[in-house]
Amino acid sequence: MMAVFKKELLENLRDRRVVINTLLLGPLAAPLIFVAIIWFTVQQAIDRAEADLELVVVGAEHAPNLVRWLEQRGVVVKDALDDPEQAIREEQEEVILRIPADFHEAWRSGRPAVVEVLTDRSRRYAGTSLGRVEGLLQGYSQQIGHLRLQLRGVTPDLAQALRVQTMDLSTPESRGGLILAFLPYVVLITVFIGAMHMAIDTTSGERERRSLEPLLINPLPRWQIMGGKLLATTAFALATLGLGLIAFTWALKLLPTGHMNMALNLDWKVALTAFILVLPVALLASGLLIILAAFAKSFREAQSYIGLVMFIPMIPSFWILINPSRLETWMTWVPLLSQSILVLEMVRGETIEAIWMLTSFASTSALALLLAIIAGSLYNRPGLIFGDG
Amino acid sequence: MIHARNLRKCFGDVVAVDDVSFRAEDGQITGLLGPNGAGKTTTLRMLYTLLKPDSGDMTVDGIDPRREPLAVKRRLGVVPDSRGLYDRLTARENVRYYGELQGLDRVTIDARTNKLAELLGMQDFLERRTEGFSQGQRVKVAIARAMIHDPKTVLLDEPSNGLDVMSTRALRHYLLGLREEGRCVVLSTHIMQEVAALCDRIVIIANGRIAANGSAEELLARSGQHSLEDAFVKLIGSDEGLLA
Repeated sequence: MMAVFKKELLENLRDRRVVINTLLLGPLAAPLIFVAIIWFTVQQAIDRAEADLELVVVGAEHAPNLVRWLEQRGVVVKDALDDPEQAIREEQEEVILRIPADFHEAWRSGRPAVVEVLTDRSRRYAGTSLGRVEGLLQGYSQQIGHLRLQLRGVTPDLAQALRVQTMDLSTPESRGGLILAFLPYVVLITVFIGAMHMAIDTTSGERERRSLEPLLINPLPRWQIMGGKLLATTAFALATLGLGLIAFTWALKLLPTGHMNMALNLDWKVALTAFILVLPVALLASGLLIILAAFAKSFREAQSYIGLVMFIPMIPSFWILINPSRLETWMTWVPLLSQSILVLEMVRGETIEAIWMLTSFASTSALALLLAIIAGSLYNRPGLIFGDG
Repeated sequence: MIHARNLRKCFGDVVAVDDVSFRAEDGQITGLLGPNGAGKTTTLRMLYTLLKPDSGDMTVDGIDPRREPLAVKRRLGVVPDSRGLYDRLTARENVRYYGELQGLDRVTIDARTNKLAELLGMQDFLERRTEGFSQGQRVKVAIARAMIHDPKTVLLDEPSNGLDVMSTRALRHYLLGLREEGRCVVLSTHIMQEVAALCDRIVIIANGRIAANGSAEELLARSGQHSLEDAFVKLIGSDEGLLA
């Protein structure tokens, strides 16, 4: 069995394309893309929050006090446009303030004076500016309102029946966990990608090259031949997983987490724990993909079969996404789901109970072994050897 | 020594091999001659344990492949129809892999590989990756791979397929050498000249059945023909699928 294992590894490590695709691009691409996206988003959010707020005011002459107040707070007031709606639609402006002609009249008579804020909420980039404009206008409204009450000898506190104070008990780690929510998915898909090439190459590839028949003539129980292939595939999957986690841990250190007021709880210790946790998934993925690939007559056929199951590692992440619920014990028994949830808990900085790790590891290993046994029995079918049935 | 009695194998409704019996003695080359699709490969596959016969008996050196497949595989050297080398490995690594699968130690493997390379004339390409090898080179590697554990019995399925004249001559020379060493050599072919040049005993298979069985002289006498070629055609009933 070890002879098969060694040979499959040697053969595939010789193939430069395999090494680059599986061991380099596979594990490295996801972390780099992720870090780039986060970095870009954060940078943009910082830029927007710190940049001067430029605001087009239509009808500024109707409320000179308001405009002056805005300017005092650092808003760069720009001149009016002929067609403000058009300017929003054509994305020339993010937010436009329009003061109607009857503003002054309503103001004088003590009625709420209407001001219009024009924006397009479906343009998400406008959100920051819109929030700042609304906040400023709210502040102005409150300030004037308080002044009016005080002039009439009423304390402004009467107008405020409630003061809501929300205590955010999230930790920097748990906020970081929001960003890392996709990590379980990436980890699982990395394992599947790592197993994919080897699973195909060692089974349907062997058949396509017509080397399976001579191989099986050797005096070795067939389950051992399959076992060697399964081990080699698992080794590749583990290598990909390990490299992926290393790349991630390293890449996250490049992020400006200080600016985001969050901590990304993925240090070497967490990465190692995650590796151990996902270890049986490597065998599971290898077994599943090998079973599929062994039935295929050619490399391409196997790829099309396997393409169909590549969505399997996505299921737990989607499930968590649409059904965000608390960790319950039964979840730690479900292969793939348990890894997703536990990895998520870890990057949130929660403590993981050893029993959860154990159940997850045990149930996944059990399923993986079952698949391995099925795979091991496959080469007893003559149809799989000669491809004639 | 191989002994097959009344072998029968069906794939669905198709009877591939029907009532095939023959003996292959040590120190002889036995040829299975027949047109393409006659059932030669299926017969060989049953002998080297990759197919189970529906009925009939067979033994290799007295061992039943169905009861002790691993013991039989250790005694057999097989060059199947599909050579199936690993392109990303060198010729030596291909041979070494099979040596390891046979459970040999590294020293023995290296020593035998060198000896086989010398016998088969493989020194020039022994350390090269088999990608881009000619048919002749591939067959040589496949033979070396099959012989690495020094088997007593050798089965070759269409060994000269796709070989040029020089390679064919070298192959014949090598097979005759195996006979001299007292091994039991069985080869299948659809080339009449090959059996005429090599075989001590000829088993003619057509449509899954044995059409005739014997030495070249016996077959000539039985068919009443003067040339072997005519004898084969007469015994098989047609010359379709055969090559002079």
